[in-house]
Amino acid sequence: MQNRHLELSQVGIDFPTPKGPFTALTDVNLKIKKGEFISLIGHSGCGKSTVLNIVAGLHQATNGGVILDGCEVKEPGPERAVVFQNHSLLPWLSVYKNVELAVKQTQKGKSKKDTRDWILHNLELVHMTHALDKLPSEISGGMKQRVGIARALAMEPKVLLMDEPFGALDALTRAHLQDSLMDIHAELGNTVIMITHDVDEAVLLSDRIVMMTNGPSATIGEVLEVNLPRPRDRLVLADNPEYNHYRHEVLTFLYEKQKKVEPVSNYKKTKQKNASKDSDAA
Amino acid sequence: MSKSVQAISQIGQLDGKSKITQLVSMLPKLLMPLVGILLFLAVWNGVSKSIDTSLGQFPGPAQVWEQSIVLVSEHNTQREKAEAFYERQEVRNAKRLAQDESYVPKIREFTGAPTFFDQIWTSLYTVMVGFFIASVIAVPAGILCGLSKSAYAAMNPLIQIFKPVSPLAWLPLVTMVVSALYVSNDPMFSKSFITSAVTVSLCCLWPTLVNTAVGVSNIDSDLVNVSKVLRLTPLKHVQKIVLPASIPMIFTGLRLSLGIGWMVLIAAEMLAQNPGLGKFVWDEFQNGSSESLARIMVAVITIGIIGFMLDRLMLAVQRFASWDKNSVLR
Repeated sequence: MQNRHLELSQVGIDFPTPKGPFTALTDVNLKIKKGEFISLIGHSGCGKSTVLNIVAGLHQATNGGVILDGCEVKEPGPERAVVFQNHSLLPWLSVYKNVELAVKQTQKGKSKKDTRDWILHNLELVHMTHALDKLPSEISGGMKQRVGIARALAMEPKVLLMDEPFGALDALTRAHLQDSLMDIHAELGNTVIMITHDVDEAVLLSDRIVMMTNGPSATIGEVLEVNLPRPRDRLVLADNPEYNHYRHEVLTFLYEKQKKVEPVSNYKKTKQKNASKDSDAA
Repeated sequence: MSKSVQAISQIGQLDGKSKITQLVSMLPKLLMPLVGILLFLAVWNGVSKSIDTSLGQFPGPAQVWEQSIVLVSEHNTQREKAEAFYERQEVRNAKRLAQDESYVPKIREFTGAPTFFDQIWTSLYTVMVGFFIASVIAVPAGILCGLSKSAYAAMNPLIQIFKPVSPLAWLPLVTMVVSALYVSNDPMFSKSFITSAVTVSLCCLWPTLVNTAVGVSNIDSDLVNVSKVLRLTPLKHVQKIVLPASIPMIFTGLRLSLGIGWMVLIAAEMLAQNPGLGKFVWDEFQNGSSESLARIMVAVITIGIIGFMLDRLMLAVQRFASWDKNSVLR
């Protein structure tokens, strides 16, 4: 039963184009245990987001399907809450109201006091209770992402889906939020699927790292089990040979086995991206 | 104009030396509108002297100013007449009541010709009602078009065909339909009022409809996804996501609509002899006295100023309704 919490079987998706269907994904098979933290990593354009969107129900798989606790995923729903890359808070609602919308919608039976307590509890988890009445435009990017996570958690999701949640943040803020996320995961034990570009992030946070091959027709290339004891501390791990071994595995997959050949126009951009990545790693 | 006001208020916050330097640097901003207006008046004055029409010389700024004062005093006299008229009635009614207690007092309405200001009021009232009717239809229809591609596909040909239609083409049809359908012994509104308002509505619909549809269809897909994950009902989706997100575009449409409505109304009133500023212009034209052209020019400037004020009013409402108080609105 434990092994059958979330199951992706033979998932594939075709997008219609004027030149005929474009196969973005094929044969994605993945079984996820309850409470497991999964990272999806791969080069841009490999369909990581598509996998996440299929699990979220925002995209419909052309082949295969997703089963969560014995029910097939057909449409989006709060039990599969999504944290979007660009926070996607409603800009006209305050921090509190943004979370309130989610709570009121998903837990309609709650009394007024319970609703308020639950909203505050979730904002407390991400340390955002000091900015309840601020609009999203009045807080920093990192704070917005925290509120986005609080909103997702407030839906009491079975699975938390995170689409590069920290991709747009600076390295320090990112590290901070990663620590927060580890604490929250330790406390609540949600199942998490997170997309990332960041090898360190993947190794630090995950129980398993799912590495994807390049598209078109992308699929799962390798799955790496990360058997580092929790709680994990980034400072201690920095010199840990096991940790560095895992990092090396992922880097080898990304830059040797699935080396991405970009068209010339994109070359510069990729170079810059890699450069910033290297400096992060250092 | 608002720019110069802003500049002045900015200067007010400074003091001493910096105030003076600031004032000097702001000078062009403050002066240029004035220079523009003065230049226009000078050219107008010069040109008008060399235009001789069958109704005399084309009025220059001085004659127009004179006529605007005449129009104000005419209005005041008419008001006094009306007051005197009602006073006489009251006195008479009181007298008759004293003679015969069973007498039911009657008040007849004053039937003097409407003054320039009465006409302004009628026009404003009519345009607002027409604009309101149009908005009540266009905003929901626009939201529907923005949300559903099939609704848009169905409505688009109609929008494209009816959008460029001049109000004057509608007017005869509207007049006939109103007189056929709006039959009542004790009408709440006059037929001419309804005809004008409906004509205005028909022309006000389109900018609001099109802009709302564009605004709704361009909502950030992430926000739409949030709504899907939360499983918001269609009504809640519109209320919580669609409306706030498309407020700026809706207001762009509303402002365009009101501007068009105001232009259309003047034309409709002229052609259909409905009361209002348009009728004032037409009456003066038919009247053909030596002052007529100057009086028409007063109406022209009034129409312009009112149009400008209506737009500022909508801008103020937009500022109030918009969640993004920092956005630059102009």
